[in-house]
Amino acid sequence: MTDKNKKHSRKKAFHESKASLWVKTASLTILSIFFVSIIFFVHPFGRPEAVEMDDYFIKNAQRQTGSNNVVSGIVFDYRGLDTLGEATILFAAVLGISLISIRKKFFIDR
Amino acid sequence: MSKIVKIVSLIILNPIIIFGLYIISHGHLTPGGGFQGGVIIASAVVLILIAFENNIRLSKWLFRLFESLGLIFFIVLALPGIFKNTFFYNFLAQTNGIFLGRTIHFGINPGYLNSAGVIPLMNLAVGIEVASALSLVIILMIKKYD
Repeated sequence: MTDKNKKHSRKKAFHESKASLWVKTASLTILSIFFVSIIFFVHPFGRPEAVEMDDYFIKNAQRQTGSNNVVSGIVFDYRGLDTLGEATILFAAVLGISLISIRKKFFIDR
Repeated sequence: MSKIVKIVSLIILNPIIIFGLYIISHGHLTPGGGFQGGVIIASAVVLILIAFENNIRLSKWLFRLFESLGLIFFIVLALPGIFKNTFFYNFLAQTNGIFLGRTIHFGINPGYLNSAGVIPLMNLAVGIEVASALSLVIILMIKKYD
């Protein structure tokens, strides 16, 4: 019984067969054609399409927020909630790492 | 590491921390801000951890406390805007007050430190949070469990 089961499990996996090689080459060629062709259709640098918001920030950010650094004004004043989310993500990451270290100490060593 | 590396890292530690504090405190005038300055301060902690391989013990509870305090300070700074307009309203800027309320007009100016309302305080909060968080990550990962 056990020998038969072993023979069944020893059947060739898909990533070892010859069909997977064809799938890999085909997907790689399609992806490379896509990425190479995208170079010629990319938008020209320095000419953005949505200019209204940029012009608004450049004209009014210094007067409204009072900071000479427009990026800082946008990040901490116009988009303050976004920065709060970013800080929360960092907090959650550190929480996860400290949880992993505590678990290693108390559960695996026992 | 060798004695040379230890002594040079101790000499270089203070300038790195002061440069990080400068980047944080001038976040509303020059390129940079809270996140970048916090990363620079965390790099000083990483330098010390690498130079004194495992012979130095940094207290983890202090970093945890400062991380939480930074996030709480950030949210507390955002709350008073509710009474004026909305959440995250810059209630100190352009009020002609003494504390961070200098009026700035559109155009070139020499760059006044007491200008941008809540933004420098938020930079400080984010800087404290990022510095303690990144150094805590390195401290937790560099520790060997025996």
